[in-house]
Amino acid sequence: MDEKRLTELVRSSGCNAKLPPGDLHEVLDSLPHDADARLIGGYEKSDDAFVYDIGEGKVLIETVDFFPPMVDDPVAFGEIAAANAISDIYAMGAEPSVALSLMCFPSCLPLSVMRSIMLGAIAKAREAGCIIAGGHTISDREPKFGLSVTAIAGKESVWTNSGALPGDVLVLTKKLGAGVNMTALKGGETDAAEAIESMRTLNKRARDMARALRVHAATDVTGFSILGHSAEMADGSGVTVSIAFSSLPFFSGTEELARFGFIPEGRYTNEDYLHDKVAFASGLGKRERDLLFSPETSGGLLLSMPRPDAERFVDGFGAPAAIIGHVRERGSVSVDVIA
Amino acid sequence: MKEIDCRGLGCPEPVIRTKKGLKESPDGVDVIVDDRAARENVPRYAEATGYKAEVKQEGEAWRIEIRR
Repeated sequence: MDEKRLTELVRSSGCNAKLPPGDLHEVLDSLPHDADARLIGGYEKSDDAFVYDIGEGKVLIETVDFFPPMVDDPVAFGEIAAANAISDIYAMGAEPSVALSLMCFPSCLPLSVMRSIMLGAIAKAREAGCIIAGGHTISDREPKFGLSVTAIAGKESVWTNSGALPGDVLVLTKKLGAGVNMTALKGGETDAAEAIESMRTLNKRARDMARALRVHAATDVTGFSILGHSAEMADGSGVTVSIAFSSLPFFSGTEELARFGFIPEGRYTNEDYLHDKVAFASGLGKRERDLLFSPETSGGLLLSMPRPDAERFVDGFGAPAAIIGHVRERGSVSVDVIA
Repeated sequence: MKEIDCRGLGCPEPVIRTKKGLKESPDGVDVIVDDRAARENVPRYAEATGYKAEVKQEGEAWRIEIRR
């Protein structure tokens, strides 16, 4: 039997495989919310991880993320899945300590593929200073992999996505277009080398540099798209964020791939959920919507900072970090997109 | 008109099959899809390559008529 390619075994991949946000919120909103004074941030705040007060000024931060492969190279898949999961910890301003792996693995693949996925993840976790201390593996027709990651941080040092202030500017630390590029990669239309390199890059450097500056709100950009994660930040903070389309960095070729219809399904479910939260300036149309509602995987940090701090960050970090918008008093929508 | 049945297929497969279909039948093809993203993405491919695309509901599926 011919060896199957990893991406051949899955229908959707990466953060594009997230359940549509509308469906998720329908269930979450219907669940009982048990109160615990030690639980500082949980899912009702749409933050990247929960924060649990463990006393003596310390908090436990925990997150989980796993998804089907978007690339055929199992080492790269392991690296991307690890970088993506660990990113939620960086989005809280913290440093990962330990992690558990979650592996779904099909019997039609050789065990060497599982080993390679794990090796990729271990190497990436090591780069982050994090140890994968265990995990759980089940047999499944579709491969999936990810990590649950734990950090311990000072209570006062945690970033949330709900502290953006009018007058702040927004910094994005990676290029956009991963979802479009992964859809085209699956169709054999691109090698997506730039997107893959970006997805496997930790947000560690961005987090470390931003730690020395004033950060009012932070999140990372993944399956709900740049607009979805900006809307969560805006709603959590009680502000409106304004994003300048022309300032957004994209992987080269992304716009052309989207124009030819290589657009992930999540782009449409994201717009279903977000359409009344986002306003586009006149002159912006299908092209901009296709690019901005498309899911990202292992995207950059989105930081809301005072302008001088943002400028220092961008100068120090270099490309592709860029100031992509600003925060203003709450208007009628969560996000507006200007040219 | 040549018909390409893409029911049950997720993106980007319907776009790839449309591309192949138009290479073999440059005057046009009918593409049948039942996936919402395919209904949007196949017309984008057609229009980007200089064709016109018309989407018609057929029961639970859509017929996308792609013509010069």
